Amino acid sequence: MASLLGRFCRKLVVPGSAHGSRMISTTACDSEAVKSLNLYSAINQALHIALETDPRSYVFGEDVGFGGVFRCTTGLAERFGKNRVFNTPLCEQGIVGFGIGLAAMGNRAVVEIQFADYIYPAFDQVKRVFPTLEFDFSTAEFLIRGFNSQIVNEAAKFRYRSGNQFNCGGLTIRAPYGAVGHGGHYHSQSPEAFFCHVPGIKVVIPRSPREAKGLLLSSIRDPNPVVFFEPKWLYRQAVEEVPEHDYMIPLSQAEVIREGNDITLVGWGAQLTVMEQACLDAEKEGISCELIDLKTLLPWDKETVEASVKKTGRLLISHEAPVTGGFGAEISATILERCFLKLEAPVSRVCGLDTPFPLVFEPFYMPTKNKILDAIKSTVNY
Amino acid sequence: MTCQVRQGTTCTCRPSNPLPTNIVKDTTSFLHMAMWFARSRNLVSSLRQNLGLSAILIKRNHSSPRPVFTNYELSSKVFLDPSTSFRHESTAVESQPDLVQQSDHEDDAQELDFPGGKVGYTSEMKFIPESSSRRIPCYRVLNEHGKIISDSDFIPVSEKLAVRMYEQMATLQVMDHIFYEAQRQGRISFYLTSVGEEAINIASAAALSPEDVVLPQYREPGVLLWRGFTLEEFANQCFGNKADYGKGRQMPIHYGSNQHNYFTVSSPIATQLPQAAGVGYALKMEKKNACAVTFIGDGGTSEGDFHAGLNFAAVMEAPVVFICRNNGWAISTHISEQFRSDGIVVKGQAYGIRSIRVDGNDALAVYSAVRSAREMAVTEQRPVLIEAMTYRVGHHSTSDDSTKYREADEIQYWKMSRNPVNRFKKWVQDNGWWSEEDESKLRSSTRKQLLQAIQAAEKWEKQPLTELFNDVYDVKTKNLEEQEVGLKALVEKQPQDYPTGFHI
Repeated sequence: MASLLGRFCRKLVVPGSAHGSRMISTTACDSEAVKSLNLYSAINQALHIALETDPRSYVFGEDVGFGGVFRCTTGLAERFGKNRVFNTPLCEQGIVGFGIGLAAMGNRAVVEIQFADYIYPAFDQVKRVFPTLEFDFSTAEFLIRGFNSQIVNEAAKFRYRSGNQFNCGGLTIRAPYGAVGHGGHYHSQSPEAFFCHVPGIKVVIPRSPREAKGLLLSSIRDPNPVVFFEPKWLYRQAVEEVPEHDYMIPLSQAEVIREGNDITLVGWGAQLTVMEQACLDAEKEGISCELIDLKTLLPWDKETVEASVKKTGRLLISHEAPVTGGFGAEISATILERCFLKLEAPVSRVCGLDTPFPLVFEPFYMPTKNKILDAIKSTVNY
Repeated sequence: MTCQVRQGTTCTCRPSNPLPTNIVKDTTSFLHMAMWFARSRNLVSSLRQNLGLSAILIKRNHSSPRPVFTNYELSSKVFLDPSTSFRHESTAVESQPDLVQQSDHEDDAQELDFPGGKVGYTSEMKFIPESSSRRIPCYRVLNEHGKIISDSDFIPVSEKLAVRMYEQMATLQVMDHIFYEAQRQGRISFYLTSVGEEAINIASAAALSPEDVVLPQYREPGVLLWRGFTLEEFANQCFGNKADYGKGRQMPIHYGSNQHNYFTVSSPIATQLPQAAGVGYALKMEKKNACAVTFIGDGGTSEGDFHAGLNFAAVMEAPVVFICRNNGWAISTHISEQFRSDGIVVKGQAYGIRSIRVDGNDALAVYSAVRSAREMAVTEQRPVLIEAMTYRVGHHSTSDDSTKYREADEIQYWKMSRNPVNRFKKWVQDNGWWSEEDESKLRSSTRKQLLQAIQAAEKWEKQPLTELFNDVYDVKTKNLEEQEVGLKALVEKQPQDYPTGFHI
């Protein structure tokens, strides 16, 4: 997959400071030493720092020992030893379950799921094509078994069910997600919506290398289990000045990365790049767009989005995941409740189609810049 | 079933090389066989009649003692190697229980009644050791020089079958090489090879019937090749063109063909195993003379679905043959990081499943083992587990560089000295069935055919856009109809935004 990126990915243009764009994170102060890093290197740095600063922290998952299929774990095993950084057997439910156990004993477990597309055994077998079946011999019936999952039924409820006697807050699950150009059904998925429906966990998605390092350190150190989705498309393609020191970006705080007056756009991860391009094009047509990076989807920063929509009167949400039941629906419903009288137009969602993620049809499936631009215009002209 | 290979000729019912009368290697393997045959009486008689195994099976050394076991004892101790039935004197740890052992104490001779049935009890506290004193041996027929090991059990293979097997193994090699290069040239987006595992691919396929339903992992295109999938069909899937049966929806190598009873490949690991149990059960209910056959790698046996698949197949008494390609590596994870058992073969018994370990690089051994397993599965309506030992010579895929985590020497050793194709070739050649001239003709014509197939596939029309929306459900739902209308309007309005060739 990693070499795939080099050949086939769309080029990412990370805009500079012109046009009032703050696509690049500005969280560190300028006097600190910075280094130009891509996304996987920034994540690698965060992991080095996490293991360095907490001797009771661990990094494990499939193939992490040699650096991982996306190079995010390079150098960790050599530096911190195989007792703390190790390969696991090929078993997502085992990886997460083991991580919960470690975390419950007060350690920090930073586990890697190789592709978000494979996270479901750790979530629930029912989410696949075939449900988990049990055969009831007394009634000769197949019973569809309910949830039997580490993340939903275990990690998310660990603290709550025990009356706060136990918790697995030290658990962080990292997984590459999202389109990559040729990933097809099983190397392109955006499963964030499933996890946003689970009280007890947090869901975080960074948009760039600098953001990723700070958000990952926050996630690792947050006293709640966090699912951290990394836009794989950006692993090599996004390059940014990243401060070398230990810094954290707060969770559950959205950021207005571009100011505007006519319409609010909300997104996360790699999709923000596409939305940014749409905003630039819209500006040429006299439409002033405000762009917000949600960063944390659960619990999400409603106040920032609400304040923006009360200013602009219009909202557009964009995500790669299929539109039906996507997280855009939650944002839309919430903003409708809070900003009904301020809205000039219906909330627009520009998202993936309601199909499995297709290979050759990917360019048609995706929420492209022009789809977003069209939606901006029709919302503004409503 | 009759012994007719698929080409329509009868196989020779006597092995080409006459076997010596005493083919029993030693007492332990004899006991293995005796137990198995005694248990599988029906199988034995049908094998004798139909597969001409009489030459092999009957010729036992009758001077060796034949233990007499009751069915009860056999059913609880199938395939136990009596050589492991000894006690460590200094510790309380005991190896597997003795086959026929009666304790002196009267208490110990009684049985306890528990939900799972009656079980004898003992006053001695003994732990079953974590491993046997000896690893389960690997069944092989051909030595590294392509000679049949004397006293081997194996099912004879005719010249026609052997030549076809060899040709297909060589074709698979050429196919892998050329498609891999095509990916490197940027003509296809992805590829993964089966280099080093050609014997497993082809010999297993040769041992099955076309009605057996195959659920692959992803490193078994040779099974589909054997069944008649053409090089053009492989190329079409890799290019995702209009002729691809998968309609361009999945990455390359995700082949599937209902016509060939080969379920479509999906990337997630081991999900096919519980599905195979269901398929096997369906065949059983339909009383078909067929079984499910499913493949998994060593890494995949760590997935929860491995447990689910084997357990369901056993409990439901489904005719399933589980074939594990233990090739030593799961991407960069060596098997020493995957499990602590003696490989996968020992796990079968944990589920009540009959198992065998076979040299996966020995085409004749694989053929015999799969053929036998298949017969057992169908006639006895039970699952069988085969662990085929091999080595993944290639990288995991075109997205991997395995020299990053293993020695180049190791790869080279397996590529050259332990090459399954060369090994089988020697046997075929020694029989006078294959020449170097045949070799160069085959390789050059296959290569040419593949290059043509790739060129044609590349130029082929693309899938129509409507296929993006079809088959999500059996019938397109309203939201999909709306999205299709919207997309078509958009493409017509802004065609420059989209790749060309996708007809609306």
